[in-house]
Amino acid sequence: MSDAVIPGKIADKVETPFRRFVSEFAESKVALGALVVFIIITLLAIFAPWITPQNPYDLAELDIMDGRMEPGTVGGAGFTYWLGTDDQGRDMLSGIIYGLRISLTVGAGSALIACLIGASLGLLAAYAGGRTDSVIMRLVDLQLSFPTILAALMILAFLGKGIMNVVIALVLVEWAYYARTVRGTALVERRREYIEAAQCLALPTHRVLFRHLLPNCLPPLIVVGTMQVARAIALEATLSFLGLGVPITEPSLGLLIANGYEYMLSGKYWISFYPGIALLITIVSINLVGDQLRDVLNPRLKK
Amino acid sequence: MTVYLVRRLLQALLVVLAMSLIVFIGVYAIGDPVEILISPDADQIERERAVQALGLDLPLWQQYAVFLTKALQGDLGRSFVYNEPALKLILQRMPATMELAFGATIFALIIGLPLGLYAGLRPNSRFSRVIMASSILGFSLPTFWVGLMLIMVFAVYLGWLPSTGRGDTGTLLGMQWSFLTWDGLRHMAMPALNLSLFKISLVIRLTRAGVRETMLMDYVKFARAKGLSPARVTFVHVFKNILIPVVTVVGLELGSTIAFSVVTESVFAWPGMGKLIIDSINVLDRPVIVAYLMLIVLMFIAINLIVDLTYSMLDPRVRLESKGT
Repeated sequence: MSDAVIPGKIADKVETPFRRFVSEFAESKVALGALVVFIIITLLAIFAPWITPQNPYDLAELDIMDGRMEPGTVGGAGFTYWLGTDDQGRDMLSGIIYGLRISLTVGAGSALIACLIGASLGLLAAYAGGRTDSVIMRLVDLQLSFPTILAALMILAFLGKGIMNVVIALVLVEWAYYARTVRGTALVERRREYIEAAQCLALPTHRVLFRHLLPNCLPPLIVVGTMQVARAIALEATLSFLGLGVPITEPSLGLLIANGYEYMLSGKYWISFYPGIALLITIVSINLVGDQLRDVLNPRLKK
Repeated sequence: MTVYLVRRLLQALLVVLAMSLIVFIGVYAIGDPVEILISPDADQIERERAVQALGLDLPLWQQYAVFLTKALQGDLGRSFVYNEPALKLILQRMPATMELAFGATIFALIIGLPLGLYAGLRPNSRFSRVIMASSILGFSLPTFWVGLMLIMVFAVYLGWLPSTGRGDTGTLLGMQWSFLTWDGLRHMAMPALNLSLFKISLVIRLTRAGVRETMLMDYVKFARAKGLSPARVTFVHVFKNILIPVVTVVGLELGSTIAFSVVTESVFAWPGMGKLIIDSINVLDRPVIVAYLMLIVLMFIAINLIVDLTYSMLDPRVRLESKGT
């Protein structure tokens, strides 16, 4: 951004597209709040080892005598278990923050890979047209005609459990959404004059695709991408809850909830309840941000 | 129309073939087929005999041909765990899943329609805002966690409803159904509600949008001008017209409801197809996995086919468009 070099006062008056975007986004207080919440969650996840009172996966720090303690109990190690402990005597708060780490990494990571693959295929389909287009779009149709959970289940049934396999499954069920979105936008954009101009200059195809066409397809891609991160996190949690997702050594929020399942029937609600709340806050905040992004980035809704 | 029908049927057949190939490659080529198809307790001699018997020494395309022929005869292998034909095992569990899916659909309609109607008639009232906000929650809440919370509240703390299982069943048409007994209905209430959460939100949104659109129509204005009571305008003129699209969409959603019952059935230990597939994946009962996947693929292709055909009958543009390509 060139406005970075303009000093203070003058810069305030210059309306760059980025500034307009920020001010329009901030119009909704709910979305702004959601963004703040999401940033806090992300920071918590990144700095987990320095924030949590306990490293929940260092067995030396766990005290089995502290197992299944109610929220607010002071444990043997001297600090308070604000959200209680699980059956291993693990502090739930620490467990949740570490779990967020895994959930966010898997969710955002798979969404990013799916975005790269899906967007490239979508661009290719729109640009090449003809047979390439129809082959790619038939694949997209096929993918979208099955509910994501079934497709993911199928892939995990073949590949087996494990964090990499979950990422592969999520990528395979999500790429189609990106491909469809990008193709739709790119079909409109490629008829514009600037693409024609770029082609007349005999620029190489990849340059036209990625430097000219792709940047102009970004707004809808960002919106879909945001929503898909939330979907990926929810799907990963569901798969892990079903026992098909991440391994026990790297528990995401879904696995934490699953761990609490058997204790819930005896009234020990907190082992499942709080990880679920954390999951809920994460998903809802991402969705709210995505909603507002859609409103701001959609030119049809512009006043 | 006939040309379109034939073309569409051929397409569906192609997709079935493609999916069977994917499932085949998934099971026979990615995993170790010996490990997958032969019980892990078998000794060396048994293994070799089984490899011969299963034709695993044949080239891959021949194996696929054998797999297809057997599948067409309804033979999708035997379960290791239950030692029964996999297909029979799944079909036995089907009524449980079906009644859950139908229960969820009924819930979605009796809860979603009135709320959507209210939100559409009074879009600016406080209660409508609450309804619309909750419908967003219904889309983003993870189903399995809501299920756990339902169990916690209604089974553990209040003790009103049984937490898991299917309860007593009655027999109808040679199949076991829970909805025929009071105990079965009590067991079904929570899972069906859990499965319907997403659909309730969907119905609310569809109904609201439909009502707001219909209220502006001339025939509604005319009915009002005639001096008909608001109740009559709402229920006869508006409601009847929005019911058709809502019911259509809910009907089409049946397939994905069956898919998502995998989650609900696991939470409530409901002995349907979904619970069976999860258990089978966990103990690597691969013949059951293959049979389930093939069955569900067939079901979805059938549903998609029916949807497309219905749409093409309702909307001639679809027919014309597909002729172009």
